[in-house]
Amino acid sequence: MKTALSWIKEYVPGLEVDDEKYSETMTITGTKVEGYERLDKNLDKIVAARVVSMEKHPNADKLMVCMCDVGGDKNLQIVTGAKNVAEGDMVPVVLSGGRVASVHGKDEIPEDGVKISKGKLRGIESDGMMCSIEEFGLDRNYYPEAPEDGIYILDKDVKPGTDVVELLGLHDTVFEYEITSNRVDCYGVSGIAREAAAAFDKDFKEPEIIKTGNSEDINDYLSVKILDDKLCRRYIARMVKNIKIAPSPAWLRHRLAASGIRPINNIVDITNYVMEEYGQPMHAFDYDTIEGHEIIVKRANDGEEFTTLDGQQRKLDHDILMINDAKRAIGIAGIMGGENSKIRDDVTTMVFEAATFDGTNIRLSSKRLGLRTDASSKFEKGLCAQSAYKAIERACTLIEQLGAGEVVGGIIDEYPNKDAQVEIDFKPDEINALLGTEYITKYEMIFYLKRLGIKYDEQTGKVICPDFRNDLESNADLAEEVARIYGYEMIDTTLPRGETTLGGCSFEKRVEDAATLAARFLGFSETMSYSFESPKVFDKLNISENDKMREAVKIMNPLGEDFSIMRTCPVNGILNSLALNYNRRNKSVKLYESARIYMPKSLPLTELPDERKQLVLGFYDCGDFFDMKGAVQTIFKFTGVNGKKTYSPDCDKAFLHPGQRADILYEGEKLGYLGRLHPEVADNYGISQKTFIAVIDIENVIKYSNFDTKFNEIAKFPAMSRDISLVVPKAVTAGTIEEIIEEKSGSILESYKLFDVYEGGQIADGFKSMAYNIIFRHRERTLEEKEVSQIISDILKELEKLDIKLRN
Amino acid sequence: MKEKLEKLKKEAFEKINSVDALDVLNDMRVAYLGKKGEITTLLKTLKDASDEERPKLGQYINDTRVEIEKYISDMKDKLTKRMRKEQMAFEEIDVTLPARAPDIGHRHPNSIAYEQIERIFVGMGYEVVDGPEIEYDEYNFGKLNIPENHPAKDEQDTFYINKDIVLRTQTSPVQARVMEKGEFPIRMISPGRVFRSDAVDATHSPCFHQVEGLVVDRGITFADLKGTLKKFATELFGKDIKVKFRPHHFPFTEPSAEMDVSCFKCMGKGCRFCKKSGWIEILGCGMVHPNVFDKCNVDKSRYQGFAFGMGLERIALLKYEIDDMRLLYENDIRFLEQFN
Repeated sequence: MKTALSWIKEYVPGLEVDDEKYSETMTITGTKVEGYERLDKNLDKIVAARVVSMEKHPNADKLMVCMCDVGGDKNLQIVTGAKNVAEGDMVPVVLSGGRVASVHGKDEIPEDGVKISKGKLRGIESDGMMCSIEEFGLDRNYYPEAPEDGIYILDKDVKPGTDVVELLGLHDTVFEYEITSNRVDCYGVSGIAREAAAAFDKDFKEPEIIKTGNSEDINDYLSVKILDDKLCRRYIARMVKNIKIAPSPAWLRHRLAASGIRPINNIVDITNYVMEEYGQPMHAFDYDTIEGHEIIVKRANDGEEFTTLDGQQRKLDHDILMINDAKRAIGIAGIMGGENSKIRDDVTTMVFEAATFDGTNIRLSSKRLGLRTDASSKFEKGLCAQSAYKAIERACTLIEQLGAGEVVGGIIDEYPNKDAQVEIDFKPDEINALLGTEYITKYEMIFYLKRLGIKYDEQTGKVICPDFRNDLESNADLAEEVARIYGYEMIDTTLPRGETTLGGCSFEKRVEDAATLAARFLGFSETMSYSFESPKVFDKLNISENDKMREAVKIMNPLGEDFSIMRTCPVNGILNSLALNYNRRNKSVKLYESARIYMPKSLPLTELPDERKQLVLGFYDCGDFFDMKGAVQTIFKFTGVNGKKTYSPDCDKAFLHPGQRADILYEGEKLGYLGRLHPEVADNYGISQKTFIAVIDIENVIKYSNFDTKFNEIAKFPAMSRDISLVVPKAVTAGTIEEIIEEKSGSILESYKLFDVYEGGQIADGFKSMAYNIIFRHRERTLEEKEVSQIISDILKELEKLDIKLRN
Repeated sequence: MKEKLEKLKKEAFEKINSVDALDVLNDMRVAYLGKKGEITTLLKTLKDASDEERPKLGQYINDTRVEIEKYISDMKDKLTKRMRKEQMAFEEIDVTLPARAPDIGHRHPNSIAYEQIERIFVGMGYEVVDGPEIEYDEYNFGKLNIPENHPAKDEQDTFYINKDIVLRTQTSPVQARVMEKGEFPIRMISPGRVFRSDAVDATHSPCFHQVEGLVVDRGITFADLKGTLKKFATELFGKDIKVKFRPHHFPFTEPSAEMDVSCFKCMGKGCRFCKKSGWIEILGCGMVHPNVFDKCNVDKSRYQGFAFGMGLERIALLKYEIDDMRLLYENDIRFLEQFN
């Protein structure tokens, strides 16, 4: 919402305030000023001048030397290249030492304008400059009277020396407001003016409405019927005959221009002007085109077609409200009039419509039609029924005052279900209790409310809300009204008293934080990626057609196919991030994301999906499988999952290298998986370095996480250490051997370590050499040589079954 | 005898003086003081001396031995010191050579900003609560007093899964979930991801983060809201920061406000960051709307409360002077590396 301050001041005559103070006060009372601009900030010493004489420049064909009367003792000599100036014309002249917003031939408007000084043009002195509309910083589209490429010519009766900036109404400031959706009234200048009056405690003066109309009665000309009073709560019509289409007067044109509206002609300008004042759109029909001189408001038929006044054919449906005459549709209610009834320049009689349509219906209809207009964008906010009445009366006032036509007497006002007056029980104690302000008295509150047009009825103890404030419902609403006029800033700042609360994070969050801390400790940096992705990701990841991962939650209205499903696997995000880094030639990159995946319980979704947090790690150029495995183990250590994890090569993740992948199992449950990215998938992502990823399911980690620690006494008795060197068939995994070591050693096993793996040389084909160091210790006594030897021999016996022999 | 001892001593001192290695010094100690050393040998001759001379002579030999011992020990100290000095000179390094530090990973700027916010509120006794990102329409809108036909529910703003389930557009549904549990007092924050149907550009992302806050108890007031959020702002941006509450509108609070903080770049003078206004909009807040209490089965005659919500990205972008939101979701390591 953009409005010149002068317009506000018209309705708040006592308002005298500078721009900064106005902006600040409006903002802190609830009408936020987004910004403001003084229209004359770069305009200085620009006065009206009569061109007394003109002579050709002796040294230049295209220049003229003019003597100008600027109301002073002597005439000024000004050289100009303009072609549209004649002797006797009244023109704006910027005196030397003055400033204009821009100069001819410059595309960009300079921040501080352009200073004009006395100078010589081809040897002839020029004491000032004649101005075009652009030199005032204005757009010719909004000043249709200005010539294209020429000096802005003033009325002949302007007195020389008059301040032209004043004349053009540019000693003014345009404010831009942010209006919240509940304050429909503030989409009109009068609403903002009311707020200004309340904020500065000044009187508000309604836009002038006079009794209009000749001695005729509109009912003799026209009838109106509403067939759907839900979608059209009120329909008002007035008529104007003997219309004289002409340009509007300068004050009206300039005011519209300052609000960013192009002046067209008196009728259109009045409609726009009133729409700005009240936020209420109106429509005009050519009376002579209305068949049967009857207006019927009803829903369209499904499939019906209609040509709007922009010449476009529109397809309608039963939820679209139409304005009809006796035979046919003549307008889409609240959105756009019809071609068949539109006002043309030769119009003589017109019907003015001001109605109250259902906001939601207008919004949805305009969306379905793909047709959003100035009118629909106002109606969709849900206007109050009273503003239709005020607007049409105001418009007729202006028509009479501007002599744009003859207003027909009487009014048609169909308003079947009148809005009830809203009254709220006024409870000052509750207001104080809510605000924490024992100190605002009841009478003070009544005073603040009154400033806003909300009246207190002593008899009933209720406050009566004005019709334009359809946002007020309860005492809490009144509390806000009181608080904002009293001043939010004036209310104390306190801290909540009452029961102390412990605060803190859940166990789940603690585990998640521990996992991400470990990841950073290990050199992985945190990333964030979108929760939605393309269904093509599954193919990119080599995921098979019938994999459960493909059963993803789909978004009905995605931003595009690439963002259309909720991820069921967190690796695409990290791979995209790795790929981006790889493409940008960043070396040795290690990343993680704490990602959510969304696993539907069934499709289509009837209940919320299972949202699982998963930690996904990925790196390239930073090591191999075992570096990633080490990272994973460190994360388990940080998250308090202390028991033995098994790494099973029976991992089915198709995006991982089949020979370098593992599921991480813990007490029979999957805690995650890790492996090298399948070379095919790596190609799909354009990463030609070996890439490793790991996924840890935080939800499952939480189940086994335990941060309680108990101290074990430091062993007092000596340990016994044995090394065994084995020749192992290649297919046997270290995990298998270690299971046997664990099983056979029993409780005296302290630890073991694989310290050498070797293939080739003296080792036969199909075999590998593996050497373990095993340490035994008894907690209560010194071990005997023979019990350890027995265990070693048991281990070897068991290993022999797998064709594993001791190496000599 | 006496002369002999004097001579021996003099000779020993000279020899010791010329030693320049610890092992040679040790040999010398053995040569004089060892089992077969010269002093020991002299002591053995005592048995041949007369009874009255013996104690005197003994004393004399012993004194000499102590003197030589001391001389050797001093020499040892001197030598050790010298050798350590030489060794250290040899061990001298260029301390300006690069360090060998473990590569520690970096936090995402969103997380850093969130962590600071969390610390402040947890310190004030707030609990951190999580909620679902795919949410029932009823929780995202209905229970928050956003009516069926509200424009915010338009498909232009909200991602729908079906007519009853949406990607939450705000963290506020967690408020409703917590209130419905009916355990009071409530002091909670809820961080998380939210979704709006905005195309990606420098200031928009279809997926971003908010932090929601809710306090419900007996006698909670708008003054408490102001006090709490002012404290939060000064903790987050520094104690010189000023705050300003402006009336605003949200369907789920009444009265509602937006909180601005004085621009922490220019200290309120006006700069490019605050668009010359001196103020930066940080969060929305207000007293819980009576309709929300009704819809969440909270007895509004007993309880009052306030709620607030802020965009994490906005705070991160402001705090770290990042001018393009897209950088946050690109994950270029050269960007991430700048945050710790």
